[in-house]
Amino acid sequence: MSTVIEQPGAHPQALSLAQIRRVGFQTIVIREYNRIVRIWSQTILPSGVTATLYFLIFGAVIGSRIGSTDGISYMLYIAPGLIMQAVIINSYNNVVSSFFGAKFGKHIEELLVSPLPSWIIVSGYVTGGLVRGTMVGLLVSIVTLFFTHLPVDHPVIVVAAAALTSATFALGGFLNAMFAKNFDQISIIPNFVLTPLIYLGGVFYSIAQLPAWAHHLSLIDPILYMVNAFRFGFLGLSDVPVVVAFTIMLSAIVALFATAVLLLDRSSGIRE
Amino acid sequence: MNALSVRGLTKTYRNGVQALKGIDLAVEQGDFFALLGPNGAGKTTLIGIVTSLVRKTGGEASIFGYDIDRQLEAAKSCIGVVPQEINFNLFESPETIVVNQAGFYGIPRRLARQRAEKYLKQLQLWDKRNHASRGLSGGMKRRLMIARALMHEPRLLILDEPTAGVDIEIRRSMWDFLREINRNGTTIILTTHYLEEAETLCRNIAIIDGGRIIERDRMSNLLRRLHTETFVLTLSAPLAQAPALDRYPVKLVEETTLEVEVSKDENLNELFAQLSDRGIEVLSMRTKVNRLEEIFLRLVEKGAAA
Repeated sequence: MSTVIEQPGAHPQALSLAQIRRVGFQTIVIREYNRIVRIWSQTILPSGVTATLYFLIFGAVIGSRIGSTDGISYMLYIAPGLIMQAVIINSYNNVVSSFFGAKFGKHIEELLVSPLPSWIIVSGYVTGGLVRGTMVGLLVSIVTLFFTHLPVDHPVIVVAAAALTSATFALGGFLNAMFAKNFDQISIIPNFVLTPLIYLGGVFYSIAQLPAWAHHLSLIDPILYMVNAFRFGFLGLSDVPVVVAFTIMLSAIVALFATAVLLLDRSSGIRE
Repeated sequence: MNALSVRGLTKTYRNGVQALKGIDLAVEQGDFFALLGPNGAGKTTLIGIVTSLVRKTGGEASIFGYDIDRQLEAAKSCIGVVPQEINFNLFESPETIVVNQAGFYGIPRRLARQRAEKYLKQLQLWDKRNHASRGLSGGMKRRLMIARALMHEPRLLILDEPTAGVDIEIRRSMWDFLREINRNGTTIILTTHYLEEAETLCRNIAIIDGGRIIERDRMSNLLRRLHTETFVLTLSAPLAQAPALDRYPVKLVEETTLEVEVSKDENLNELFAQLSDRGIEVLSMRTKVNRLEEIFLRLVEKGAAA
């Protein structure tokens, strides 16, 4: 039987913990969505501009001299990777900046004193990251259509790979924000870890073109699996088994989610 | 039923500071309760533990019977808290802040909007509802935090220095508002540095010092214990030294200002007669501090000396 909390006052009512959790989760997501829209020039627009530049430089100018990869034009080959790059960066950045901002401005206390359990708070922020990842992913997909056609071989795989990748990096952003003590520490991971992993993760090339040592080294980069699963959804080709890619994503989500909830419960860096 | 019940509560911070050294405290449902103490006494730590912003080291605490270890969600649903420091998003509008806060307590959005109108109007913030809250004055920010804490109509409202930096006119209107909330059934725990505020509003009081409760009584009982009162007299002519008065300890603070301690058994006519006999003319008179302040200082000083 669910616990019911009595509320006094002008609007007497009994709220179940289930209702508190449901409405609380919705509220976090709505707040995140409103934040994304309110500062759209910082959250949405830059990825559209960056994608346009990538397509102009790597697709139209340089790509025309590269030739085809696995029988596919270079412009089309890099398109899924560029969309995924935007999804990864924006999912991560949304959560790391929003949660760290709340921690820095102390308004995270609004959530900490509320009856919402840690797993709902983490889920709310991660869904916020998913929302921004999806919005930016759609924008970059639209930009892509100005430069090349974009066939979709396996729509379910496209959606699943994008959603799971977005959730993985949103959780990564949450953990970064939990540990960060200043604004410098929320930019170190995106600049010095995420960006190199993305560039070396097969966005711009097939690892089959690399020498054996580089090929093997690339296989330890988790982003390689995500980009390839996503590319498989569009083009039907991948450097790695798609099943392995989804296993890695699901395992990462479970591990990161459990860590985030545990840390928030213990409130490392938040509660004293 | 107790709104708040605390037993053997201890807190030692990582730097080794022992902020609470075994606190026992009960606040009855419907009470307007003052929690006083000097800076660093442990008030905010105690409130932090009850609201789950600070992790306790030992002991137990329950809110309306809900244990904070075993039924934390239910316990937190009963509490509204107004913290000492501003802790809302300065880039959001007052209406957004209070509606979101209601959502975190499970209040559906439509009802939250109705309550936002009600409380923002009552706290004279309705005209500013769509402004960015960073532009609000200090007093408005404090009132916004009260409105936010009331959005889920909590059974226990905890106010940590709610009127700090608020001008006297607004402070008095906030007192009226809090009295009304208390009359409607909400238990209130108040910490404040304005002892007049505690004396005016609260029925029961606890004084905390050095991590321990050093006094817990009804406000009226505590005030009754005060046997003397200090009066400040402004004189028409300067004095070189304090006059010697029978039965009245006296101190010359400035050339034209005397402080005289008067026992409750003594009358003021005798004091003025002695002053007249010595040719001292009094222009005006006021009490030095309010009664609660005097008791507070004595208790805390006694605690420090022990």
